[in-house]
Amino acid sequence: MLDLLSGFVGELRNAGLPVSLTENLDAMEAVKHIPIEDRDAFKYALAATLVKNEQHWRAFETVFEVYFSLRGPEYNVGDEEGNGEFDPDNLEEWMSQQMQGMGGRGGGQDMSPEEIAEMLFRALLNADEAMMAAMARAAVTQFAGMEPGRPVGGTYYLYRTLRNLDLDGMLDRLIEESSQRYDGEMTPLAERLEREEFENRIEQLKREIEAEIRRRLVADRGVEAMAKTLRKPLPEDVDFMHASREEMANIRKAIQPLTRKLAARLARKRKHKRRGPLDFRATVRRSLSYGGVPAEPRFRHPRPNKPELIVVADISGSVAAFARFTLHLVYALQNQFSKVRSFVFIDGIDEVTHMFQNEEDITNAVHRVNTEADVVWVDGHSDYGHAFGVFWENFGKDVNAKSTMMFLGDARNNYHSTNAWVLKECQKRARSVFWLNPEPRSYWDTGDSVITEYSTYTDGVFECRNLRQLEGFVDNLA
Amino acid sequence: MNETMFGDLSGVREGLAKVEYLADDGIASVVFLAERLGKPVLIEGPAGTGKTELAKSVAAMSGARLIRLQCYEGLDEAKALYEWNYKKQLLRIQADRGVDAEHEDWVELQDDIFQDEFLLTRPLLEAISAQDKVVLLIDEVDRVEIETEALLLEILSDYQVSIPELGTIMASQIPLVFLTSNNTRELSEALKRRCLFLHIDYPDLEREKQIVLTKVAGISENLAEQIARVVRSIRQLELKKAPSVSETLDWARTLVLLGIENIDVEQAKETLHILLKYQSDIEKAAKELTVEA
Ligand SMILES: Nc1ncnc2c1ncn2[C@@H]1O[C@H](COP(=O)(O)OP(=O)(O)O)[C@@H](O)[C@H]1O
Ligand SMILES: [Mg+2]
Repeated sequence: MLDLLSGFVGELRNAGLPVSLTENLDAMEAVKHIPIEDRDAFKYALAATLVKNEQHWRAFETVFEVYFSLRGPEYNVGDEEGNGEFDPDNLEEWMSQQMQGMGGRGGGQDMSPEEIAEMLFRALLNADEAMMAAMARAAVTQFAGMEPGRPVGGTYYLYRTLRNLDLDGMLDRLIEESSQRYDGEMTPLAERLEREEFENRIEQLKREIEAEIRRRLVADRGVEAMAKTLRKPLPEDVDFMHASREEMANIRKAIQPLTRKLAARLARKRKHKRRGPLDFRATVRRSLSYGGVPAEPRFRHPRPNKPELIVVADISGSVAAFARFTLHLVYALQNQFSKVRSFVFIDGIDEVTHMFQNEEDITNAVHRVNTEADVVWVDGHSDYGHAFGVFWENFGKDVNAKSTMMFLGDARNNYHSTNAWVLKECQKRARSVFWLNPEPRSYWDTGDSVITEYSTYTDGVFECRNLRQLEGFVDNLA
Repeated sequence: MNETMFGDLSGVREGLAKVEYLADDGIASVVFLAERLGKPVLIEGPAGTGKTELAKSVAAMSGARLIRLQCYEGLDEAKALYEWNYKKQLLRIQADRGVDAEHEDWVELQDDIFQDEFLLTRPLLEAISAQDKVVLLIDEVDRVEIETEALLLEILSDYQVSIPELGTIMASQIPLVFLTSNNTRELSEALKRRCLFLHIDYPDLEREKQIVLTKVAGISENLAEQIARVVRSIRQLELKKAPSVSETLDWARTLVLLGIENIDVEQAKETLHILLKYQSDIEKAAKELTVEA
């Protein structure tokens, strides 16, 4: 058990989770208090001691499933060796063994596809979780075509299984059946809710099937190899430039709290001196009630000061993927700061503040920026110099001591002139000027990147390729 | 900690249910371990999901006294730990002077004014010095500055407080401690390492239904189920602020008051403002509920 645990913790570290020595010891101590057969409690005990960030839960869960999926009530596998323990060399036999244990029916191979479909239908209709799990196993046995040693990924098996189950057809059948139960008296709302309920159960079934495939792959290939195959970057390390759709959705969700934090940071910085200067007259007045002893010093209120943000973002092709993220960031910022002005540029520059304002749907806002913003001047290739020049001409007067400026871009300028003086002027007037660069630091100033010419006039240029770096930027503002 | 408060794991769940807190396996496991290991719990999650309520309920179920430290920006040692009541001290000095101005003995006076009677005990010290069973709730810890967080960590590591004028006060027992956070700021790694971590998210359908049934008088199972389903449906939308459990409860109470037994679209739309706080969210949800899935 201890070996297994330390292997498990090692894999968590491989996956990027920052598990300290004390936490490792805490975990070992914690599991002593958990009954060994309670797999859920075991999992929560490990999570509570080892995972201190909600964003890491998924990575944790994946590793947990790999390491401990072969132990637990599903397989009646205890901690001892040998009693029903997986034998990787004998997958076939093991699988049919599993099937026999299931619901009193004969081996899974004996069930016809129609029988599986029918039993699955009943299970889904009645939310019979045990039966759903059993059918997930039967379906994998029947349809996935898994063979030991075959170098095929889990998604392939999943696809094969799901294709054979025709879950879309199943959903329609379920809805029809349940509306008959209601004698066709369902309101549209009730029908909608019923559909969502079935969709939910089907999702659960899919997860069950996935888990089953993973278990068998683990049995076939071993824990370490599987863990390695499934390893993915943590959400905070996913590169904005190469994020998948799902990862992007995750990033988007994480941006909101970050901007809240940013707003709080900037506000706190201003309030650094929480108390204003001593208010002498008020103190004396107050002292009268203490017989002339100035027992309660009074202070003036610090002057309130609303943070104002000016964002200037490159949305050219070279940072297209970053721009997607940028626009989400701008949108989120606009919800946090009382006053945000946003500008986007390629070789021309345009103010887009109004496109984000009163726009409840971020997708609409992004769409408007992409179609309506006037950012092409000559040829639609980046020209920072020209864009900045125009910015200064039209909006320079709006930069003042309350403004915090954020420039977002790779500073790849196609060898045009830089007009770095614009940043110099900005820095003179603004409270602070920051620059976030989506390129790896090692690329800076190579080729047509002129980041250093600009960075001279900023309070810092920050590499910003993932959430971890964005968060670091926000945290270091204090 | 030798005596155990809750017996076994299922005891936690049942005990909490008795004081009307519906825990899932994750919550119950962490509470159980906190007591067994004598470690503080850091609870994080969206607003209104029962973080504060959990600490209160654990106190209630175990018959412990709840001591609450509500955090805010600017909370300092004087308000969290202890402070000398200097107004009272000054007045004492004044009074002594008046009586016997010539024979003023500063040492004696000092002994005099640095005594329990002039000490203002704040929640942390109160929890440390408690002789009875206590649960310490440090609520919304993400709102304090980093210096105060360091102070909290110190207390949660040593369970002792030293007061230069009085000496060191050591806890006679390790209290159960819950810290809650709405995650507006990243807490220090050291504090997180010290604590068990518990993320409380919106409850799943079944638990939310049970919460509604438990907390709303006179509601039918049928209505509770519908409410939980509608709320789940709304939470799937991309909103500025998803409905929390407290809002679900408010909505349920309203529907009961209105005598509604089956929710139709119109009623749902008319009462959405109880569930959602932003006008834009209300409009979005209303639109979404109207179109058939
Ligand atoms: N699991 C639960 N069981 C019973 N009531 C709950 C539960 N979760 C939330 N609630 C209800 O929701 C309300 C808000 O919870 P609270 O603890 O104040 O939220 P927060 O997470 O913001 O601290 C509580 O007053 C309580 O009535
Ligand atoms: Mg709270």
